[in-house]
Amino acid sequence: MTRTDDPTPPPVAELERVTRTYRMGTNEVRALDELSFAFGRGEYWAVMGSSGSGKSTLLNLLGCLDRPSSGHYRIEGVDVSTLDDDQLSEIRSQKLGFVFQSYNLIAQLNVLENILVPLFYQDDPPPGAEQRARGLAERVGLGNRLDHRPMELSGGQQQRVAIARALVNHPTLILADEATGNLDSQTAQEILALLDELHAEGRTILIVTHEPDVGARAQHVLRLKDGRIETVVRDQNPAPTRRALEVR
Amino acid sequence: MKGPSLLRTVRLGVSSLLLHKLRSLLTMLGVLFGVFAVIAMLAIGEGGRVEAIERIRGLGTLNVLARSVKPPEVFATGQQAVRVVSYGLTEADLARVSATFPGVRCVVPVREIFEEVRHGDRAMNPRVLATQPIYIDVTGRNVVEGRFLAEEDERNVANVCVLDYDVARYLFPFESPLGQEVKIGGDYFSVVGTVLPRVRQESDPGKAGAGTAEIFIPLETGRKWYGNVQVKIRAGSREMEEVELHELVVAVDRQENVMFVADSVREMLVRNHPNGDYEVRVPLELIREVEAQARLWSFVLAAIAVISLVVGGIGITNVMLATVTERTREIGIRRALGAKRNQIVVQFLVETVTLCIVGGLVGVAAGLLSPWVLEQVLHKRAIVTLNSPFLAFSISVVIGVVAGLYPAWRAANMDPVEALRHE
Ligand SMILES: Nc1ncnc2c1ncn2[C@@H]1O[C@H](COP(=O)(O)OP(=O)(O)OP(=O)(O)O)[C@@H](O)[C@H]1O
Ligand SMILES: [Mg+2]
Repeated sequence: MTRTDDPTPPPVAELERVTRTYRMGTNEVRALDELSFAFGRGEYWAVMGSSGSGKSTLLNLLGCLDRPSSGHYRIEGVDVSTLDDDQLSEIRSQKLGFVFQSYNLIAQLNVLENILVPLFYQDDPPPGAEQRARGLAERVGLGNRLDHRPMELSGGQQQRVAIARALVNHPTLILADEATGNLDSQTAQEILALLDELHAEGRTILIVTHEPDVGARAQHVLRLKDGRIETVVRDQNPAPTRRALEVR
Repeated sequence: MKGPSLLRTVRLGVSSLLLHKLRSLLTMLGVLFGVFAVIAMLAIGEGGRVEAIERIRGLGTLNVLARSVKPPEVFATGQQAVRVVSYGLTEADLARVSATFPGVRCVVPVREIFEEVRHGDRAMNPRVLATQPIYIDVTGRNVVEGRFLAEEDERNVANVCVLDYDVARYLFPFESPLGQEVKIGGDYFSVVGTVLPRVRQESDPGKAGAGTAEIFIPLETGRKWYGNVQVKIRAGSREMEEVELHELVVAVDRQENVMFVADSVREMLVRNHPNGDYEVRVPLELIREVEAQARLWSFVLAAIAVISLVVGGIGITNVMLATVTERTREIGIRRALGAKRNQIVVQFLVETVTLCIVGGLVGVAAGLLSPWVLEQVLHKRAIVTLNSPFLAFSISVVIGVVAGLYPAWRAANMDPVEALRHE
């Protein structure tokens, strides 16, 4: 797929015949089946498909939380299947931002500390990290809640903190698994607006979702079925960037 | 892991301990008591050793002691109302030892008089020893007030006595005993001096000290007033005992000769006392035995204490395993956000090691106070040796690491995806 003399930069994430099998006793489940695909820089993808189609499995692989059973996964040209556990951690802390369905904030840390967690695990945290975290909290509308604990925030607010946290390390790829799944539609819209904004800034975003209206909002849609690609729809919204700016 | 990131991880571990103060405290107690127990046990062992050795030193390490002992067959002869049994060391033995043995500096005879000692309305039963002036030299005792027995007392068969300090304190609580009179049995003796007691006495000398408190009178005076035959009342029956000398203190010139002299004395006595009515004690030998025994005891005590520390460590492992399970989700989040395995290991290890360091330090502090408490409460001497706090503390830190290693390893090796799904 990639030629060494290719002048264009490598895609952010590139899958080459990736298979992920789970062994359940004697029978094997192919959660991903020889999947090949490339996510380009600055793209905003919605990954859809019925339950059990392999969306979360794909996202975990892209997020370097898991490794393919066979095939290759390259993130910015680096083949993940050859890396050890520490190097995978390194990539997660340097290049990836995660937003989870259940927010996954650390209960005993306050908002500011939660936003700072990804930098905590970098060997050389960038200077002015705290300043940056404050700025991000401000940006997601929680500038006045810095010392609140997750318990003291609403679901939407918690998800905003999670988004700020996903941004703090300048990730090349933001991964969101059902990021709006636990939220009411009004709050979900706010979160999606935030994602639109990030996309407008040129970030690469991948969001897994069940909900058609969430999928409809993304730039491209990848539909999975039984661990394979069913359909790919590119540029379903001609001007997502402008729309995002209007919201703001 | 580089320095600053290690420091951050350490701080993280400590702060999660502070989050569960009661749990941390309870977990820490096991180590605290363990460390305390190690130090206190070793201190008791050491105190016992020092006390025993001091007591033996009081006998003189250059001495060989031969004592009269009632031979076993005499015990067996029925329950007549009054009888005289004669046994023990004699003047002849004294002469033989003094005359023949090389390495013997001098031999001091001692007679013991079994009489009550009174002054006014205070009475006690110390050992009343009739002996020669040189006794104080060979036993290395120190005069506190006045003087010890002198040659002219011996010549004059004077009714004088020297009290050890415990006796003096008990009989003369408010005044100096010098020049005062005490009544030993039926006779009055004037006090010419006091000496240090053989063993340091903590408690009331009138009671507990009665076994070791001593009064000295001139040998000749003792012979004159109390003779060789004395009446002892034992278990309801009166018994007359005839003993020439109760003890011979054989002073040796040099330490190298002690065992040789001891062997010679034993040989000589075996020949002349086939009925075994004597006993030879060698303080130097006793010290060695006590040292060996003390080592064994210290080992046993320390082993028990270390076991309690290990139990404390198991408690920590248990609590940490529960903590790790409880925090599975957090571990998953941290791993997803970039924590390396060893950073998770350190985070949890820091918790157990911190618990053990703090528990260990408090335990050491308590251990250092233990001798004081033991002396107040149990009247037992306890001495903290220099190395026992270090020993106990290092064991507790090692236990902290060992106890934390498995839970931390479990935490670090969780699958991040599974951990994130954990409820
Ligand atoms: N840890 C696992 N062990 C065994 N099988 C698994 C495991 N994780 C996923 N699977 C299987 O892999 C397949 C894909 O699962 P995946 O979680 O990726 O689906 P999904 O598309 O995210 O579904 P949903 O929309 O319900 O979240 C399913 O058949 C599932 O049973
Ligand atoms: Mg899923």
